[in-house]
Amino acid sequence: MSPKARENLTGYLFISPWLIGFLVFTLWPFLRSFYLSFCNYNIVQPPKFIGLANYQMMLFNDELFYKSLWVTLRYALVAVPLTLFVGVALALLLNLNVKGIAVFRTIFYLPSIVPTVAMTSIFMWILNPQVGMVNRILALAGVTGPAWLSDPVWTPWTLIFMAVWAAGGSMVIYLAGLKDIPQYLYEAATLDGAGAFRKMRMITLPMLSPVIFFNLVMSVIGTFQYFTQAFVISNGSGGPEDSTLFYALYMFKRCWKYMDMGYGSAMAWVLFIIVMISTGLIFRTQKRWVHYGR
Amino acid sequence: MTRFNKILAYIALICLSIPPLLPLVWMISTSLKTNEQIYMKGEGAATKGFSFASLIPSPVAWNNYPDSLETIPFMVYLKNTVFLCLCIVIASVISSAIVAYGFARINFKGSKIWFGVMLATMALPGQVTMIPNFALFRALGWYGTYLPLIVPAFCATPFYVFLLSQFFKTLPDEMAESAKVDGANEWVIFCRLIIPLSKPALATCALFAFLGTWNDFLGPLLYLSDSSKYTLAYGLQQFVNNPYVNWMQLMAASTLFTLPIILLFFFAQKTFIQGISTTGGK
Repeated sequence: MSPKARENLTGYLFISPWLIGFLVFTLWPFLRSFYLSFCNYNIVQPPKFIGLANYQMMLFNDELFYKSLWVTLRYALVAVPLTLFVGVALALLLNLNVKGIAVFRTIFYLPSIVPTVAMTSIFMWILNPQVGMVNRILALAGVTGPAWLSDPVWTPWTLIFMAVWAAGGSMVIYLAGLKDIPQYLYEAATLDGAGAFRKMRMITLPMLSPVIFFNLVMSVIGTFQYFTQAFVISNGSGGPEDSTLFYALYMFKRCWKYMDMGYGSAMAWVLFIIVMISTGLIFRTQKRWVHYGR
Repeated sequence: MTRFNKILAYIALICLSIPPLLPLVWMISTSLKTNEQIYMKGEGAATKGFSFASLIPSPVAWNNYPDSLETIPFMVYLKNTVFLCLCIVIASVISSAIVAYGFARINFKGSKIWFGVMLATMALPGQVTMIPNFALFRALGWYGTYLPLIVPAFCATPFYVFLLSQFFKTLPDEMAESAKVDGANEWVIFCRLIIPLSKPALATCALFAFLGTWNDFLGPLLYLSDSSKYTLAYGLQQFVNNPYVNWMQLMAASTLFTLPIILLFFFAQKTFIQGISTTGGK
């Protein structure tokens, strides 16, 4: 064997754990679910080809499909920008050079490492309408707090509330981004007489934009798969009145409650297409606001 | 910064620290209260406002902790979770390191393409592969066992491969080259040279794998059927959704569930932050 062939073989041997996993647990299921989306399939019996029926049903005959899409989209439109803003704002604040700042960084980061199920149960308790902490704080201001968990108007806000509470998680990434901004840019701006606000707008934010972009893309992809919090808060039902019936939760219900795996596969593929289109759109805005300096 | 500005900054920081901490303090406080204290019996419950004094339980009801361990089979879930964490951490860190070495230090045909494919799979929603994978594991008779959760971990995790390969690339070539001259093959170089030099990066991956498994809810929900096999995340959820939930005990269990993660964070803060900062992708 020639040295080059030997090297190729060694390389493939090293990556073989991933390669095998990719073929068996990713590529094959990926193609298989595409096929299943055109089938009637309940996992016990072999799939039966039914053409476009699942897609037809989904697009023209399933109100809950649109409802779940709307629940997810509505959440994404509020939670993604809000958590992004909080993450960046916290990073800017915690980039201050004062004594003991590390302690504060830890405090703001802490919520994001609380396990999701624990976090959700904590929120279900502090949002208890009668004796929960939040409504008792509101009572101080003379406001009667809403029924956070049983009123469909308020349940989405409960989830957004939780997302913002844990938004410190991305702060660390922004802080690392802020550390990478060369100091001379600020020095030059000071010489040119730029104030703090102008420096932020002309230097900090543009220099941070690649990191913001990365986080935006990841959080959009993540939000479309939002599941655990909605499952725990509604005991898997998506209630009250389907107000927490997120797309992934509805798909889970179709698959594992009604054993409608063909329909579930069709939903998965629609999800995949939506994720591709939305990340594609975000990538297209990139030129306008993301600066890959140098 | 002037002194005045500094004081202002501290005041702002302290005020802003209340929202992230308060829910956790409330959790611990509830876990140490009696039923009468949390429902404020006989004090006109519903109209009662919040006060910081009400956070301090008196008398302290320590018994919520031993009680909660009995109400939910906490120790069983803990044992299962730790077992699963150990298996997945070991499997995914070792396999990811091997794959990362292949991508980072061996110049083979197609390596760039495969690396790109691997990064692309990170953006693939898990839902797309969930159903066929479930059918596969079910057909293998693995439903109700830990195998569907553990076996894929042996096939490397793209994110850890990415992280480790970035790290491996920064290691100097000279030692590896001279080892090759002495007749060492890639596997020996990987085991004897690269792994000992990469402990911090490996620790970061181990940490992430541990957290991910500790936190995982969907995996156990899909594959575990017997309550004696439940993990903490899944077992706790069953308890949350019990209509007769005892909140003091639930908060005690949540505290016990969260505490190891917080302790781990404090002991491994540097590893944590380094790893997450690398996530920022550049």
